[in-house]
Amino acid sequence: MAISVDPPETNRGMLAKAGYTFPFLSDPNAEAIKRWDLLHEGQGTNGGGIARPAEFLLDSQGVVRWVNLTDNYLVRARPEQVLEAAKAVE
Amino acid sequence: MNIKRFNWQIWAGFLLSFLASLAYPLFFINYPITRDFPWATLVLYALAVVLLLIGLKRAFTGDTKRPLLSKLVASGLAGLSVIIIGLFLFSTLIMSRWLPPSTGAPQVGQKAPDFTLSDASGKQVSLSELLSQPIAGQPNPPKGVLLVFYRGYW
Repeated sequence: MAISVDPPETNRGMLAKAGYTFPFLSDPNAEAIKRWDLLHEGQGTNGGGIARPAEFLLDSQGVVRWVNLTDNYLVRARPEQVLEAAKAVE
Repeated sequence: MNIKRFNWQIWAGFLLSFLASLAYPLFFINYPITRDFPWATLVLYALAVVLLLIGLKRAFTGDTKRPLLSKLVASGLAGLSVIIIGLFLFSTLIMSRWLPPSTGAPQVGQKAPDFTLSDASGKQVSLSELLSQPIAGQPNPPKGVLLVFYRGYW
C-alpha cells in the first residue's frame, strides 16, 4: 500500500496513468504519518509537511518485520530487497 | 562568421551542463542505477568542464576578432555552468539527505499503530481490516502488508 499526503483526486489521476492495482491511501493532515514519526516538515507546496520516504513490511499480526528508513530520498528500497524480506515473513 | 574562429567549446560546455542537469529528472531518475548516485550526470559534467576549460583558454588566449566580448561571453557561460552544476550537486548529494531522524517510527518487533485513511475512491481503509480480511478472490487474509510511505506528487 502506498501512503502520502496527496488527496484521493491526485492519486486517482496518477493511478489511471500508471495502472497500479494496490491501494493508494491519502493522509492529507499527516495523521498516520505523524503517528509513525515520518513527518518531514515544510516540504509540501503550501509549506506543510509530507511523509519522509519509508517502507515497512508487517506480518499478519501487524508486527513490523522489516523497515527501510532511507537516509537519502533519492535512494529507495529496490524490489529485490523487498521480495527478499517478504520471503521471511510467514 | 568564420567557423574556425567560433568558440564552439564554450557553448558546448554550457549546453552540456544544462542538458545533463535536465536529463536527471527527465531520464536518469527512472533507473535506480543512475538515480541513487548520479554518476552518469557526473560523467557528463566532467566532459562539460573539459569543454568549458578549453573554451575559456581559447577566449583568453586566442586571436579572436573581439577579444573583450569573447572573454565576457566565455566567462559568463562558464560561470552559469558552474552555478548549474553546483545547484545540481547540492540538491542530489546534500539536500536529498536532509531527512528527519524518525527515531519514533515503528521498529522491527513492534506492533504498528493502526490508522484509517481514504483510498483513491474515497473509501475508508483501516490497517487492521487490511490485515484481518482476505483480499478479493483470496480465501485467507494476507500474510503481511507492505506499506510504502512516499513524498507525494506535489
